[in-house]
Amino acid sequence: MTGAEVAFVVIGAVAVIGAFRVVTSRNVVRAALYLVVTLSAVAGVYLLLAAEFVAWVQILIYVGAIVILFLFGLMLTKAPIGREALDNQNRGVALLVSAAILAGLVYLITGAFEWNAPRIDPVEGTTAAVGESIFSRFILPFEAISFLLLAALIGAIVLSRKDDRP
Amino acid sequence: MIRLPLVLFLSATLFATGVYGVLARRNAVLVLMSIELMLNAVNINLIAFSQHLQDITGQVFALFVITVAAAEVGIGLAIVILIYRNRETINVDEVNLLKW
Repeated sequence: MTGAEVAFVVIGAVAVIGAFRVVTSRNVVRAALYLVVTLSAVAGVYLLLAAEFVAWVQILIYVGAIVILFLFGLMLTKAPIGREALDNQNRGVALLVSAAILAGLVYLITGAFEWNAPRIDPVEGTTAAVGESIFSRFILPFEAISFLLLAALIGAIVLSRKDDRP
Repeated sequence: MIRLPLVLFLSATLFATGVYGVLARRNAVLVLMSIELMLNAVNINLIAFSQHLQDITGQVFALFVITVAAAEVGIGLAIVILIYRNRETINVDEVNLLKW
């Protein structure tokens, strides 16, 4: 194993442990804070994969904005604490389904990709390269996604504001 | 450079964890968090294949997925807060008005 792979395994373990705590924690605020751990570790994985711009976007958008939104959502809907309040009665079935999905994915991955495939030099995901790609090949999807964000913004405001009229 | 199957295993584990969270949680905000875990697993795959295929397109798509996730969380939390205002609960198994 190379040094990068050792670092990847360590950061990946942090991400997986954080993800387990997100789905098993009995306190909703702690679950949100473990989500921060997982998202930051995933950003570290992006950095290891030389996707620099996506890593910083992950930090800014996910850790900076989305987790804050989650914390606001938790504060505005005071949720009870405890396993029975947060988990439903389908834990066994859920565990079975997710284990089956994991087993299926691992089976497919081991079948499709050789472990000792030749490693290639990564393409540098710098801001310049990503920006050039977005604003040349993907300009139409970029505009469409800007429109989607605007629609989501207006929709969220319309949904959550108090309407006093009958 | 990191082996591709190693990255795919991490992504598969995160995805399975997110599936468990979506199925096992009652609190709607926690269900949304589990969906975020699954979207992150997809993003890791996109980045990994972007490096594997030497093409920056995967990273652009990861950015698009992050944007859609932000929109989804905004709308999702607005709906959750609306449900809480009307029903005094955000447990997904108690909100069954549309259940046949």
